[in-house]
Amino acid sequence: MSEERKIRILVAKPGLDGHDRGAKVIASAFRDAGLEVIYTGLHQTPEMIVSAAVQEDVDVVAMSVLSGAHMTLFPRVKKLLDEAGADHVLLTGGGIIPEDDVAALEAQGVGRLFGPGTPTSAAIEYVKEWFSAQNTA
Amino acid sequence: MSTIEKELESRAELASVLRARERELAELKARLAEWEEAFESTPKRDALFTTVSGREIDPLYTELDRSGAPDHEALGVPGTFPFTRGPYPTMYRTRLWTMRQFAGFATAEETNARYKYLLQHGQTGLSVAFDFPTLMGFDSDHPRSLGEVGVCGVAISSLADMEQLFDEIPLDEVSVSMTINGPAIILFCFYVAAAEKQGVDVSELRGTVQNDILKEYQAQHAWVFPPEPALRCIVDMFAWCSEHTPKYNPISISGYHIREAGATAAEELAFTLRNGFEYVERGIARGLDVDSFAPRLSFFFDVHNDFFEEIAKLRAARRIWARGMKEKYGAKNPDSWRLRTHCQTAGVSLTAQQPENNIVRVAYQAMAAALGGTQSLHTNSMDETLSLPTEKAVRIALRTQQILAYESGVPNTIDPLAGSYFVESLTDDLEREALELFDEIDEQGGVVPGIEQGWFQREIAASAMRQQGEVESGDRVIVGVNDFLDGSEKVEIDTLKIDPEVESRQVARMAAIRAARDSDRVEQTLSALRDACRSDENVVPRILDCARAYCTLYEIRAAMEDVFGAFKEPVFF
Repeated sequence: MSEERKIRILVAKPGLDGHDRGAKVIASAFRDAGLEVIYTGLHQTPEMIVSAAVQEDVDVVAMSVLSGAHMTLFPRVKKLLDEAGADHVLLTGGGIIPEDDVAALEAQGVGRLFGPGTPTSAAIEYVKEWFSAQNTA
Repeated sequence: MSTIEKELESRAELASVLRARERELAELKARLAEWEEAFESTPKRDALFTTVSGREIDPLYTELDRSGAPDHEALGVPGTFPFTRGPYPTMYRTRLWTMRQFAGFATAEETNARYKYLLQHGQTGLSVAFDFPTLMGFDSDHPRSLGEVGVCGVAISSLADMEQLFDEIPLDEVSVSMTINGPAIILFCFYVAAAEKQGVDVSELRGTVQNDILKEYQAQHAWVFPPEPALRCIVDMFAWCSEHTPKYNPISISGYHIREAGATAAEELAFTLRNGFEYVERGIARGLDVDSFAPRLSFFFDVHNDFFEEIAKLRAARRIWARGMKEKYGAKNPDSWRLRTHCQTAGVSLTAQQPENNIVRVAYQAMAAALGGTQSLHTNSMDETLSLPTEKAVRIALRTQQILAYESGVPNTIDPLAGSYFVESLTDDLEREALELFDEIDEQGGVVPGIEQGWFQREIAASAMRQQGEVESGDRVIVGVNDFLDGSEKVEIDTLKIDPEVESRQVARMAAIRAARDSDRVEQTLSALRDACRSDENVVPRILDCARAYCTLYEIRAAMEDVFGAFKEPVFF
C-alpha cells in the first residue's frame, strides 16, 4: 500500500487568462489537505504544463480555465500527456465550463470538471478517491 | 453694555450651551446602557454579523461612533472639498449616471451589431470587452491565441478591426470605454486612428481607456511590459492626451479587479487610491504640472454585496483622494481633487446555482452604487457565471438600472445617507484603514517593490482564502449555494455560444489585411517606434503612425518588447 505517499498535484493556469483567484484558493486547499502541490503560475501553454507535469512526476494535473477556451486547452493537454507517456496522470479541473462541454471532455478521457460554487472539499475528496482507487487496483 | 460685560454674557451663554450638551450626552449614555442591558438579555440569531470583508458590525450606531473630523470638514456639501457627498453640486438632478454595459464577443462585426442594439435600448455609453489575445497583445493569428479568439470578448488586432467595431457609430457623439491595460497604449492609438478615419476631430473624443497596469500586476494579470517602461507609457499618454484629447480619460484607476481577486473593501480602497497617487507621482516626476493631467484621472470600483460598506467605500474614496491631491500633491484645480468613478456590480458575487437570483443581487448592488454617488454603472447579467451574457440577460441588467433611475426615487436627493450614524462611522473607519494600509505599502518600499515582491498578491490571496473558508463552513450564507437549495440548481437558462468559426474567419481577415498594406511603411513605422522606445521621446505619435500603417497589435507589442522586455510574474500560492 502506498497510503503513506503524498499525492503530487500540478495546479495549472493554461492560456492567456489571468484570473487566478480560483487556482490559488484550490492550490492552498490541496496543500492544507496534505497534498504535494506545484503551481505553474500564469499564461502557460499546454506544452509548458505537460513538461512540468512530467518533470515533477505528478499524479494529477488540475487546470483552472475561466476563459471559455476549455474545449481547446483540455484536449490539447490530454493529448500531450498521452504522447509523453503520462496517460496515467489524472487531468481534472474547474472553471466556467458549460455542462454540455463537461460531458464532451469527459468522453475524451478528461476527469471531473468542477463549476463555480463547488466547495474545495469536493475536489479534494475526488482526487483522494481517485488516487486510492488507482493504488488498490 | 460694555465690551467686557458683553463678553462675560456670551461666555455665560456658551457655558450654559456646553452644560446642556453634557446633559444630553449623559442622557444618551444612560439610555444606551438601558438598551445594552435589553440587548444583552435577549437571544440573538446564530449568524455572522460581519461584512463580506470580515468587518465586525455593531448592532447599533449612535452619535458616539463618529470619530473623524466635524461634519463641516469631513462632509462639506456636494461638489466641494472634500467631496464626500459627491463630486458634483447637483449630481443626478442634472444628469443620471451613465448606463454603460461592458460588451464584446466574437469579431468586430458581431460586437458592432450588439453595440447598436444596446444604443437602441437606451444605453448611454459603450464599453468594449476585448478577448484574451487582445488583452495580452497577441494577434488573432498568433499561435498563443489558439482557442481564445473572440471567446471572452471581441478580437481587435489592427486598425481595420477597430474601424469595423465602430462602423456607423459616430465617435464624436458616443463616449467609449475600453478595458485594456498591458497593450492599452496600442489599442488607444487604434481608437484615435479609427476616429480620424471617421473624419472626427479627435479633440472631441470622450471616453476612457482603463490603462491601469499597477492593478494588473496586483490582481488581474493581463500585463505585457515590466513596471517601469509600462509606467513610462502611461505618463506618455497623460502628456499626449492633455494636449490632444482633453475630454478623454487616459486612465481608469481600478479597484474592481483587486476586489474580484479577493481583496476586502478596505484593501480595494487603499490599493486603488495608492495606485492612483503613484500615477500622480510619476506624472509630477516627468515634470508635468499636476493640474494638467489630474483632472482626467478617473476611477473604477466594485460594488459588492455589503450594501452600506460599499456606499461608505465610495464616499471615503472621494474624501481620501481630495485630501491627498490638495494637501500632499499640491493640486490647485478643484477638478484635480474631484474623484469621478465608474462602478460595476460584483461579478464574483454571482452564483451559477439558481442564476435568476443574480438579478436581485445585482439590483441591490446597483442601488448601493447610486447611493454612493457613482458617475457610471455596469450591471452584471444573471448568466455571467455560465458564459458571456445573452441579449435577454443584458437587457434585464440594463432595465435594472432604468428601474433604479426612474422608479425607485433614489436619484432625487443627493447623498441621502449622509448623517447616518452608521454610514458616517463606516466612512470614517474605511478612511482610517486605508491610510493605515498606505503605511504598510510604504513599508514594502512603495507600490512597485510591493508588486515585485508579491506583497499585494499575497494580501489579496489571503483575503480570498478567508472568504472561501467562511462560505465552506457555512458561516457565510450564499443563497442557493450553501443554503436554501431547492433542487432546481440545474441551470435552465439559455447561454450564449460563440461560433467556433469566429477564429478561422478572424485569421482569414488578418491574412487579407497583411496582404493589402504597404509593407515598407509597416517596417519604417515599427523601426521609428523602436527608436522612440529607446529615447525619451513620447511614444504615442509613433504608435499612432504604426496604427495608421495597419501594423498589427502583436507587431507593435513586439517592437516595444524588443526594447522594454517582458514582465516576469512572482509565482506563489
